[in-house]
Amino acid sequence: MSAESQDSPVRQIRRIGRATVVDVEGDIDLSRSARFQQSLLGVMDDAPERIVVNLTDVGYMDSSGVASLVKLLSRARKQGVSLRLAGLCDRVRSIFEITRLDSVFEIHATEEEALA
Amino acid sequence: MSAPATVQTIRLSICSTPRHLRVVRAAVDALCEILGFDEPSRTQVVLSVDEAITNVIRHAYHGAEDQPIEVELAALDASPGPGLRIRIRDHGRRVDPGQIQSRDLDDIRPGGLGVHIIRESMDHVEYEPAEGGGTVLTMVKRLRKAEGVT
Repeated sequence: MSAESQDSPVRQIRRIGRATVVDVEGDIDLSRSARFQQSLLGVMDDAPERIVVNLTDVGYMDSSGVASLVKLLSRARKQGVSLRLAGLCDRVRSIFEITRLDSVFEIHATEEEALA
Repeated sequence: MSAPATVQTIRLSICSTPRHLRVVRAAVDALCEILGFDEPSRTQVVLSVDEAITNVIRHAYHGAEDQPIEVELAALDASPGPGLRIRIRDHGRRVDPGQIQSRDLDDIRPGGLGVHIIRESMDHVEYEPAEGGGTVLTMVKRLRKAEGVT
C-alpha cells in the first residue's frame, strides 16, 4: 500500500491479490488532471493483472479527468491489463454517458464487484 | 417552480487559472438549484460551463493563468419558457466558430470531448466574435416540464 502526496487526487494505491486498487478523492478538473494522469500511469509500472480505480469519493469529474482515464485504458489494453472503474456517483457517471464512454469502460457499482 | 423574480443576472470575473473552475461550478450549481433545475440538468449545465472555461484556458489563452474571463448568468422567464442563459467572454485568440466542432466519439482517445459535451447538454450554443477581440460563447438551458414548468 502506498500513500500519494496531498495535492494528488489519488489518495492511496493498494495491492489486493494480483489487482491494484487506486483510491481517488475530490473533484477532478483541469487543476488536478495532470497530476491524476501521472499517478494513474505510474500504476502500470507494477505490472498488475487488473487495475480497479475506485471513484467512490469523487464528486465531480470533467473531460480532462476522463481523458486521463482514457489514456490509462489505452496503455492497459496494450499491455493486456484489465481496467475497471468502481463507485461512480451520478454526476461522474453522467460524463461517461454523455461521451458514450460508459460502453467503453468496464464500470462496476462497487470495488468488491470490480474485484470479483 | 417558476424562476423567482429576484434572480436576474449574476456576473463573475475570474482569471484564467484552473483553480477558479470550482468557484464558478459552485455558483452555477447553486443558481440552477434556485431556478428549479433537477439534478441531471444541473449536472449538464455545470459540466458545460466547466468545459467551456477549460477550452478558453487551453485554446484562447494557451494555458496562461492571468487572463480575464467574464461569466454572465441570466435567469430567463420569457418565451419559450424559463431557463438559464450563460455567456462566457474571453479576450484571447479568436477561434473561427466554424472550426469549433464535436469530434467523432467512435475514435477512443483522450481529449477533444468538451465541445461534444456542451452541444449535447445545452439547448442552444452559439460562438460569436466579441467586440474588441476574443470570443463570446452563449449557452441556454431551458427548464423542462418535469422540472415544474407549467
